Amino acid sequence: MLTIIDYKAGNQTSVQRALNYLGIENRISSDPKVILNSDHIIFPGVGHASASMEVLKERGLDFAITDAFQQGIPILGICIGSQIILTHSEEGDTPCLDLISGDVKRFQFPNNGLKIPHMGWNEINLRKAHPVLDGLTSGSEFYFVHSYYTAPVDPQQVFATCTYGITFPVAIGVKNLFAVQFHTEKSGRTGLKLLENFNRWIP
Amino acid sequence: MLSKRIISCLDVRDGKLAKSIRFVDTQDIGDPISKARQYFEDGLDELVFYDITASSDHRDIMIDVVRSVAEQIFIPFSVGGGLRTIEDCFNVLQAGAEKINLNSAAIKNPELIREAANAFGNQAVVLSMDVLKVPMTSAIPNGYEIIINGGRTPTGLDAIEWAKKGEQLGAGEMVVNSIDADGTKNGYEINLTRKIVEAVQVPVIASGGGGTPEHMYQVLTEGKADAALVASMLHYGEYTVPQIKQYLTAKGLKIRI
Repeated sequence: MLTIIDYKAGNQTSVQRALNYLGIENRISSDPKVILNSDHIIFPGVGHASASMEVLKERGLDFAITDAFQQGIPILGICIGSQIILTHSEEGDTPCLDLISGDVKRFQFPNNGLKIPHMGWNEINLRKAHPVLDGLTSGSEFYFVHSYYTAPVDPQQVFATCTYGITFPVAIGVKNLFAVQFHTEKSGRTGLKLLENFNRWIP
Repeated sequence: MLSKRIISCLDVRDGKLAKSIRFVDTQDIGDPISKARQYFEDGLDELVFYDITASSDHRDIMIDVVRSVAEQIFIPFSVGGGLRTIEDCFNVLQAGAEKINLNSAAIKNPELIREAANAFGNQAVVLSMDVLKVPMTSAIPNGYEIIINGGRTPTGLDAIEWAKKGEQLGAGEMVVNSIDADGTKNGYEINLTRKIVEAVQVPVIASGGGGTPEHMYQVLTEGKADAALVASMLHYGEYTVPQIKQYLTAKGLKIRI
């Protein structure tokens, strides 16, 4: 069964409602044993990187996620869940899970007056095909709310980008791990399509 | 680049969709959940769900309706009306909303904006204001006054000053609703909208008066709004979301299709 990791991340119920709507059987759990006994794992999140890492460690979920990754269980990170899989986040100068080498950086727009957070609907540009992005195209729009963005060291791990002041990765992945910066659970039909794709993905 | 957003407001009274004309003569026009679902299917970008009697009658928000909406609609939505405490806000967010709309309660207790922003993040806090055009005075130098309790109670506050204060306190977004334009379908209050956009850094949603896609185009360009809120145009079936979006796209705006 698909398990949504519960670490007081805020949007786990939104993700669950979207899965329920799609008829995808799922459960919410913070028990590492339950998580490691799943067919698919969604690692959601809204909030602050250091607070999120603290809760993960408290509950032993940092190792659960790393173990699940090593065991080959397909994992989908969403928003903060896409950020704290990198090595380090500038938000609170936080060491993260390091499943993907790279940093999470804050937007800096001193001169062009762009608002932070990057909030609203924006289009993605596909860089590489991936089963989770099946049926989506460059120009597909998703709903974003974030002040930080992921910067993987290896460009081969970037599957889609978005442009807001700068061009930055919004869909990254390696092996059985895939992660999106946008709130796919709130991105209309397109976002639901991505969740369906993930549920079908066998890496 | 962000797309300009098309947002619809579902004014709800006793669980039914209602639409006011200049805030009086409110008539029921249907079921909010089925309308919301239709708009989601049609590609609407966001919803505002407003309990129009909650504020004046001190009635609690209809959490069950919020929950039903959240189970069927997968676009961002905010909820307002009668939110007076952090606990009220928490309950609405738990029920599935992304954002809370603070209006009268924020005037009575501005610290509520700060507390909500600290608790849930700025992006979750929308400051909603109902504005009436009035003669310019020293107290209201811009000639736009904030009115609360569903358009019934003047506050003596200048709308532009209040917007700036709201931003300082932590509001992540503003809904600017012109009482003069509300329900008239004669076009948005462009001047008011632009003044607020120019006074704050956060996104501004123009509300009140939208009757045609051309009105929306005007407020999104001349009025500089980040989003346009529509009610009557959609609720009475005069236009559909795709029609509006096709029009705005053809005029050169970046719109999510």
